[in-house]
Amino acid sequence: MNSLVELKTSEALEEITLEPVSRIDLIKYAGASGDFNPIHTIDDEAKKAGLPGIIAHGMWTMGNLSKLFTPYLEEAFIQEYQIRFAGMVFLDDVITLKAVLQESSEKYLYFKVAAVNQNGEEVIKGRVTLNKYN
Amino acid sequence: MYKDQIGSKSNKVKNIVERGLIKKFAESIGDSHPIFINEEYGKQSRYGQNIAPPTFPRVFDYGDIDGLYLPNVGLIHGEQVYHYVRPLFVGEEVYCYTELVDYYEKKGGNGLLGFVILKRYGEEPEGKIIFTESQTIIISETVRKELVR
Repeated sequence: MNSLVELKTSEALEEITLEPVSRIDLIKYAGASGDFNPIHTIDDEAKKAGLPGIIAHGMWTMGNLSKLFTPYLEEAFIQEYQIRFAGMVFLDDVITLKAVLQESSEKYLYFKVAAVNQNGEEVIKGRVTLNKYN
Repeated sequence: MYKDQIGSKSNKVKNIVERGLIKKFAESIGDSHPIFINEEYGKQSRYGQNIAPPTFPRVFDYGDIDGLYLPNVGLIHGEQVYHYVRPLFVGEEVYCYTELVDYYEKKGGNGLLGFVILKRYGEEPEGKIIFTESQTIIISETVRKELVR
């Protein structure tokens, strides 16, 4: 799909499935975001915090999810982006990014969004509202 | 514990939407689209310049609220909401601050949970809001007990 205008209610944007989550992904995000909480990069620290292993930054997953909309940023901008962190993302998890158009008006497009792991569990979910340039 | 700090704010801190940082950030979320990082592409776009990915404000300095302490370990990030008036432009100055807007406690499966609601603001130099961000942070009973001790 080349344009958001063609999208109809309850239709989805093309899904993106990420490469399995790697340690270097999380180290890069820690460096770029400045979030050096060690539960995201150091095994011992994650275990000390009671986790089975290091977990991805919730904001890393949320950052990835927004790329479904990036090709359309000249048609509309993201006015609202709301996320609930529902589950944890571990190393080697395979995350799929999804967005479905729920409602549209003259000015706005309302999407339901989620990132889902290899077991079909929604690890983050929420809504994106696009404000159209027209 | 955090109740008496409701309404307290940090000072405004000047931040720059740095081109190099945008590139690094976009790469780290696998979203190196030219609208974010290619100068020529940005110029040709409807924005006339490059813009930042929507979760980029994560990198800004929002200052510190006097006396507010949140431990590094044991916090759960519950919810995150961005609201934009317009996209952020690469190179622009943004004045950022944070406010503790609410604190409440709720009974959960693992005892009493504390909910801290932080709201963050990004403004133009003249004070017009570009974006706000609300963050819900959940504090487990174990960590909360540790804090009041």
